[in-house]
Amino acid sequence: MSRRTALEASHAVAEAVRMADVDVIAAYPITPQTHIPERLAEMVADGELTAAYIPVESEHSALSTCLGSVAVGARTFTATAGQGLELMHEVVYVASSMRYPVVMAVCNRALSAPLSVWGDHSDAMAVRDTSWIQVFCQNGQEAFDLTLWAFRVGEDSKVLFPVMVHLDGFTLSHVTEPVILPEQSEVDRFLPIFQYPFALNPDKPMTHGAFGPPEIYSETKLAQEVAFRNSKEVILRGWKEFGDIFDRYYHPVEEYKTGNAETLLLTMGAYTETAKIVIDERRDKGEAIGLISLRLWRPFPFEEFRRTVKGAKLLIAFDRCVSFGMGGPVFSEIRSALYDEEPRPKVVSIIGGLGGRDMSEEDFDYVIDRGKEIAKKGPDRMLETVGIR
Amino acid sequence: MAEELTWKDLEVGNIITEAGNASFRKTGDWRTERPILDKEKCIKCALCWMYCPDAAIKPSEEGYYEADLHYCKGCGICASICPAEAIKMIEEEEK
Repeated sequence: MSRRTALEASHAVAEAVRMADVDVIAAYPITPQTHIPERLAEMVADGELTAAYIPVESEHSALSTCLGSVAVGARTFTATAGQGLELMHEVVYVASSMRYPVVMAVCNRALSAPLSVWGDHSDAMAVRDTSWIQVFCQNGQEAFDLTLWAFRVGEDSKVLFPVMVHLDGFTLSHVTEPVILPEQSEVDRFLPIFQYPFALNPDKPMTHGAFGPPEIYSETKLAQEVAFRNSKEVILRGWKEFGDIFDRYYHPVEEYKTGNAETLLLTMGAYTETAKIVIDERRDKGEAIGLISLRLWRPFPFEEFRRTVKGAKLLIAFDRCVSFGMGGPVFSEIRSALYDEEPRPKVVSIIGGLGGRDMSEEDFDYVIDRGKEIAKKGPDRMLETVGIR
Repeated sequence: MAEELTWKDLEVGNIITEAGNASFRKTGDWRTERPILDKEKCIKCALCWMYCPDAAIKPSEEGYYEADLHYCKGCGICASICPAEAIKMIEEEEK
């Protein structure tokens, strides 16, 4: 029997890692991710989890250690946030290009300067092009579920890509939530033993990480992109299998009250739940409005996204990051994804929730009202924002 | 060799499952100078063999040590370490 309990979302991630029976954890503590490696360290010390817990001197070393760990076929986990993800950056590319399926939780945090330990999506957007499978969580249950799912998908022999599970720093990572924990037997049914086909072995020597001169580098990148896009089949199958066992079904684009919606609000991460309250209120008043949330950020779910927004007249993209000199990164991507569609909704951009600035229900009311205004009259400032003086 | 591979031929993560195949790659063509051994001066001490950073110098049946020009990058360490001054570096274009 599964059991319903109260867990901090960070601890829900740690619980998923424990139930996935990982072999190696290498992590460096950084706010707001700290509770994940702390809890895992406790589990290993208390004998609740048999794994090598490798404390390292930096995030660069944390992920490098994880690569070595996957290279010998060990199930591997790490977690980081903000500056830590930035310090890892070059190894982030190496992990995916070498097809090492590390699972990493990222407690999304704003990037310095000015120094901020609080949440936004700047760290996630800075690694969007790295060919890690990336998903966003809205609540503690999803933090547990998607962490478990990440091992299932990343380690699949048809995928072999690392997976990032994004959960908003503090507004999700530090919040205690109701979480349904499954039986170990259910987890074992969902998650097979990791069988990495190229595990380093002295009896059968091979080379991982050879250099790529100009006559082959381009071919490696095409192979990587094709394999990455094709991973979607297993991503979807993983969610189907997850739902069949645990009775919670996930989708690349999550929809909320989208039926006959003329206006759609697009959010990612934990603020989706705040926005849903606003959608409820407006629906009650008869407004034809709905919400979509990108669960799967990479590989980008073109097909599902286009299908979901078909029929809407207006799409308001809410970004928690500024791509300097460009605007909202999610906005620019989804607008580009719709360019060839006929008919397509008008897409407008609003940025907010930066560096831990709260987004209240009133703020989302503003986002929707202002989004409609911009759609009619066009933006009257360089950057449309919410709650910025 | 690499020129013949298409993206479909690459192993996952570009892993090379056949160990030691770097030896097939001709790396000597980066060279701008090459070592010439004067066998009359050579004392067969093997210092050049020991110092070669690319293991490109090999012993011959007669006991001399000569550079394998398939790999030799022409760095000149062998010439500078030779106690008998038996190795001279010459421009690659010179015959």
